[in-house]
Amino acid sequence: MDAVFLSRIQFAVTTMFHILFPVLTIGLSLYLVVVEFLWLITKQEIYYRLYRFWVKIFAINFGIGVVSGVVLEFEFGTNFSHFSQKVSNVFSPLLAFEVMTAFFLEAGFLGIMLFGWERVRRSIHFLATCLVSFGAVLSAFWILAANSWMQTPAGYKLVDGKFMVTDFSTAIFNPSLFARMGHMTLASFETSAFVIAGISAYYLLKEKEIVLFRRSLAISLVMAALFAPLQVYQGDVSGRQVFLHQPLKLAAMEAHWETNTKGGAPFAVIALPDMEAEKNLFALDIPDGLSLLVTHSFEGRVQGLKEFPKKDRPNVFILFWSFRLMVAIGFILLFVMVWAAFLWRRGHLYDHRPFLRTLLVLHPLGFVATELGWVTNEVGRQPWLVYNLMRTAEGVSPIPAGNVIWSLSLFLVIFIVVGTSYFYYVLKTLRTGPDMSSPIPPIQRPAGMRALQEVRGKMEGGPSKAPNPKHQITNKSQ
Amino acid sequence: MDLITLWACLLALAILLYVVLDGFSLGIALLFPTARSEEERDTMMNSIAPVWDANQTWLVFGGGALFVAFPMIYGVLFSGLYIPLLTFIFGLIFRGVTFEFRANATRKGAWNTAFFLGSLVAVIAQGMTLGGVLSGTKVVGGSFAGGPFDWLNPFSLTVGLALIAGYILLGSTYLLIKTEGTVQERAYTQAFRAAWIVLLFQILVTIWTPFHYPSALTNWTNPPRIYFIWAFPLLGLLAFYGLIKSLKTRREVLPFVFSVIFFFAGYLGLIASIYPYAIPPGITFQEAAAQQETLRFTLWGVIIVLPLVLGYTIYNYVVFRGKVRKEGYYHH
Repeated sequence: MDAVFLSRIQFAVTTMFHILFPVLTIGLSLYLVVVEFLWLITKQEIYYRLYRFWVKIFAINFGIGVVSGVVLEFEFGTNFSHFSQKVSNVFSPLLAFEVMTAFFLEAGFLGIMLFGWERVRRSIHFLATCLVSFGAVLSAFWILAANSWMQTPAGYKLVDGKFMVTDFSTAIFNPSLFARMGHMTLASFETSAFVIAGISAYYLLKEKEIVLFRRSLAISLVMAALFAPLQVYQGDVSGRQVFLHQPLKLAAMEAHWETNTKGGAPFAVIALPDMEAEKNLFALDIPDGLSLLVTHSFEGRVQGLKEFPKKDRPNVFILFWSFRLMVAIGFILLFVMVWAAFLWRRGHLYDHRPFLRTLLVLHPLGFVATELGWVTNEVGRQPWLVYNLMRTAEGVSPIPAGNVIWSLSLFLVIFIVVGTSYFYYVLKTLRTGPDMSSPIPPIQRPAGMRALQEVRGKMEGGPSKAPNPKHQITNKSQ
Repeated sequence: MDLITLWACLLALAILLYVVLDGFSLGIALLFPTARSEEERDTMMNSIAPVWDANQTWLVFGGGALFVAFPMIYGVLFSGLYIPLLTFIFGLIFRGVTFEFRANATRKGAWNTAFFLGSLVAVIAQGMTLGGVLSGTKVVGGSFAGGPFDWLNPFSLTVGLALIAGYILLGSTYLLIKTEGTVQERAYTQAFRAAWIVLLFQILVTIWTPFHYPSALTNWTNPPRIYFIWAFPLLGLLAFYGLIKSLKTRREVLPFVFSVIFFFAGYLGLIASIYPYAIPPGITFQEAAAQQETLRFTLWGVIIVLPLVLGYTIYNYVVFRGKVRKEGYYHH
């Protein structure tokens, strides 16, 4: 194993660990903005309690996102210094802008968001939540601009093997930025919506704080209902973008070996690609499917892998399957939302136990899809660092493999410790459940606040004779 | 002033802000084992809870500024200092996750240790990184050409130890501002001791530096620097005097201010010893700089955004001003 391979593995490990946290930060902060907005305008205590519950999860998640993210900025220099020195003129300002416009914003208002309850007014607190959320999305914008530039470089000229900038706006708004930005942002929103829905469903199944978690589930399902179909559409947009700008990557994602000369290219639903033999050992094809998908016509020409030199091809097996599984998850989540719509029409959204159980079981799927998407994106860029211009092997630092073995093993140990603790404390927070009774700081308490009891009473037909929720649920689901 | 010099100043400012701001956060963590109860540790932690993340972001900004303006320094030093830099990061990971994990833990002992050890490792590694830079880096054809342990020597280890004392000084004087009672009482003693140790280390490192980096001596003893180089140790000594005096008269804010000036004097002295070299001994800022367009474009961003950042950073400190109250930030 050499420094090149090890550095790639280390970057993959650190990125794939890191990405889990910002995905939830982006989506959960949007949810918190919605909840706090409702608190601000309706003055219903239930939204305050909901916010205080979810912000605990948000805080644990945010902290790990921050510390695992610092790693990445250092790794460009420690492990990929040749890459850094050659592309910095075009590439590094995007990272610097991320720090200046996004990281500082998030960090600057996180303190108020988490600890400012007794010190600022409701509107200022809401503003802090909005700015943290905006910072999270902005950070995704810059980092995806940088990533997209590596996939579809623009706005540069090569001088003695060094990238010199010719136009920054062309470099930032490079051809694949918008498709990738849309896809990733929606992934964060959708993943988080399903996490919130799954956890809310857990409490409803346990029959704990039903009023609160019905509200929680409702908001998250509205988000999911919006984002799940949008994401399937955006996935199609992204796929066509890859077809236009990185045809080899698309061919590998689809295990498509031969360019179709007459008639359409088939879409392989499942296949066993063999890179040596340059064919699929087995495939279940839909005739003309691929042409229809990427060119939107039955006979559209789709370049096959064989048109490209062997040494430029990425790993077809990994790409084909990571892409397939990601798409499958997208459709599973879409199907769940169709089911939800059906239950909603029949008035059983909150008490249909098989549905709630499904939400609980499926809630981590968004993370899996996000990771698979990154694998598709990044493995699909190989063997290049900067697509078609700079190979991965040319970008690695002049360091011995021993350095990377040392750091990679420490990263693995640390991530296991930190990851395990994360789950432990999140589960502990969930076991403890929401705090429904701590007094609301006077500065947060609006005139004419509608206390929890009032809302509870209205929803369940009077506070004194609220029906036993247990009966209610079991009766309806039978 | 040309763009490159401007960026060198900006980089110096970012590093200074990081050293002061994260310095006191790390310093408070280094004092963690001296607390007598969980309650005291809560107070210490709460004094930095709302600001540590923003403080640490100056490190990320410093790294970004280096990458933008001086990609050769970024590439060469980061690969040369691979081991101390990543050790630094490993330490920061434990320091950072402790805030939330400790707050949620029933038994806090393990996280108290993680907070202290993570910070200790981070601080030593940071100091050794600086010592390693001063010890010189082998560069051939614009890229790193040395071995993985070139940074490791008694000098860099000494700088690492010096930084421990330095950050304890910043941390303890910050605690004077934010706390009262036993924690504050102890911080007075800690600050007093740390101040003397820092002074001794300053003298030691200053005398030792020319042995590792001979041109420092040439810089000090020749025009134009000979005309002003003495001003930095003088400023340092004045700050030290003010620091000791304000500690003795039980002032709350002044000791921190003097500590920062004390640091600042040493920092300026350091810059005056190595400038214009960016990668000692041979590479200057001019040689290491990026394309003009890149410098200009990003500078506009800095001019527009950084005042805003400083503005809301100050606002954040204003919101959380005064002594740490019993509100206990971690009972969200």
